[in-house]
Amino acid sequence: MWALATRLGLRSWLGWRRGFTSKADPQGSGRVTAEVIEHLERLALVDFGSQEAVARLEKAIAFADRLRAVDTDGVEPMESVLEDRCLYLRSDSVVEGNCAEELLQNAHQVVEEYFVAPPGNISLPKQDEQEPFSDN
Amino acid sequence: MLGRTLREVSAALKQGQITPTELCQKCLSLIKKTKFLNAYITVSEEVALKQAEESEKRYKKGRSLGDLDGIPIAVKDNFSTSGIETTCASNMLKGYVPPYNATVVQKLLDQGAVLMGKTNLDEFAMGSGSTDGAFGPVKNPWSYSKQYREKRKQKPHGEKEDSDWLITGGSSGGSAAAVAAFTCFAALGSDTGGSTRNPAAHCGVVGFKPSYGLVSRHGLIPLVNSMDVPGILTRCVDDAAIVLGMLAGHDPKDSTTIQDPVKPFTLPTLTDVSKLCIGIPKEYLAPELSGEVRSFWSKAANLFESEGAKVIEVSLPHTSYSIVCYHVLCTSEVASNMARFDGLEYGHRCDINVSTEAMYAATRREGFNDVVRGRILAGNFFLLKENYENYFIKAQKVRRLIANDFVKVFNSGVDVLLTPTTLRGAAPYLEFIKEDNRTRSAEDDIFTQAVNMAGLPAVSVPVALSNLGLPIGLQFIGRAFCDQQLLKIAKWFEKQVQFPVIQLQELMDDGSSVSEIEKLASVSLKH
Repeated sequence: MWALATRLGLRSWLGWRRGFTSKADPQGSGRVTAEVIEHLERLALVDFGSQEAVARLEKAIAFADRLRAVDTDGVEPMESVLEDRCLYLRSDSVVEGNCAEELLQNAHQVVEEYFVAPPGNISLPKQDEQEPFSDN
Repeated sequence: MLGRTLREVSAALKQGQITPTELCQKCLSLIKKTKFLNAYITVSEEVALKQAEESEKRYKKGRSLGDLDGIPIAVKDNFSTSGIETTCASNMLKGYVPPYNATVVQKLLDQGAVLMGKTNLDEFAMGSGSTDGAFGPVKNPWSYSKQYREKRKQKPHGEKEDSDWLITGGSSGGSAAAVAAFTCFAALGSDTGGSTRNPAAHCGVVGFKPSYGLVSRHGLIPLVNSMDVPGILTRCVDDAAIVLGMLAGHDPKDSTTIQDPVKPFTLPTLTDVSKLCIGIPKEYLAPELSGEVRSFWSKAANLFESEGAKVIEVSLPHTSYSIVCYHVLCTSEVASNMARFDGLEYGHRCDINVSTEAMYAATRREGFNDVVRGRILAGNFFLLKENYENYFIKAQKVRRLIANDFVKVFNSGVDVLLTPTTLRGAAPYLEFIKEDNRTRSAEDDIFTQAVNMAGLPAVSVPVALSNLGLPIGLQFIGRAFCDQQLLKIAKWFEKQVQFPVIQLQELMDDGSSVSEIEKLASVSLKH
């Protein structure tokens, strides 16, 4: 029963993605195409969820485009404000730990001392696939 | 007693005028009375009472640990606290109980501080209103103050009593409200783009952001690794200095803390400002700045000048780009930092089990709100191969330009910069939510986030009440690692402006008469 519900849940989530493009938004940059949406969703493993989210991303990109106006010729990127200092890593010696039970308590699905994960190496279904998977 | 400064209460505890348990219980009862503020997500009553008991034993033996022993404090809910739920106001971490304490929390506990609870925030510290968390928005205690209500009566309004409540600012709104409402004497916040200073200004408390690298970030659930710092919220500058003295210093568990030795210090009192040079950045005179804030800013500058300090106009030319730069760097680092939330080892997990990818995706959809998801997606966009150079690297270059602006100004002899903290006083919630989170953050962080880009220390000090009876704060920005000097100047300024104490009479009425409260209120902040 839950398997059917799961599949329906997945499908309805995927359903809105179909035929989903960013319409020309006067405030947007038109950069968020259907391809980009799919690509980002796969990379981030976070879905847009609505047309509004796409519009928001468009606005965010348009906002970021303002950086082009700055002349950065010859300027090195700054990764950290502490770049002029020596920062040290601590020595690689074990001083604490031994709390496997405590850590396992925070996980939902655990078997003995393993975290249980669903099968991997199955990519998310593409936008146009009707039936994503067959259940075992 | 609750209206006093940390130092005064500490003295009272040492002299036996009040016991840690009594103090803890007073705070707990006030927290219950102010529950409608929604400042706390978790109130750790049992833990607090136990800690208070232990502190009491120490005081009886005459072996108190220091100025913080027995003092009630609160911690923002994105700091890990062992055995106490830490949620970051997100569905993703509901029910998550960390197995360890953040270094700053541990340091406070080692000094005997009593942890009252975990305070509310914007989800994952993303926002400038403390309105977007999974546990609801935080209400500004000033909405219920005599000062604000009296001004409101003069204006015609047909709304219900509580519909016009004000936001606290964010994202450390819960911490600011907790301190402002007297439920604790100090609170930890975090500051990535102004998240400690913004609510401090709106709630009329002191919000201090230390230099990046001074205080350990171990245990602070990260937002932007290159800009986050733990922030300190207190009712006066001296208290913030006391807390900083306990927290600063190298932490082997955080390799971004500097190695220089740091000793706890007593903040010296500055009496002569004539040797100081105060810088006023002209680009901070934004058109959106409210007339009132501008006038307070101007008065503050005149105050320094009249006392003999040199007050000069300086330029930070890349100011207008700093919010854009912050937007790109923040979303990019967020995209990376939020990747750890996949439901496998901790946090929320969905019911889908067909594949790891599907499980991660559904878990993250259910766990994160729109704001977080929006930033993750934007960040991932900027980090795409084809965009990396044009957005992320470009933003890093602009960051250097912004940091260099500050370096140039400080090298020219300026000791400290004086700027507004916010554009105006706290907004009503119904007004605030008319625009989305990103727009609001871009507006509200305008004076505060350039400081995070450069890693400098900054402090917001409450100055005066606006025409509406709401607190306005001004910000001082210091040189990197000159936090003590910055606080010294802020303390002098605080003494000059004598910011009024919030009058929350109905709430404080636990048997004490009104005149007693007024007496206490007049005692505090004058030392």
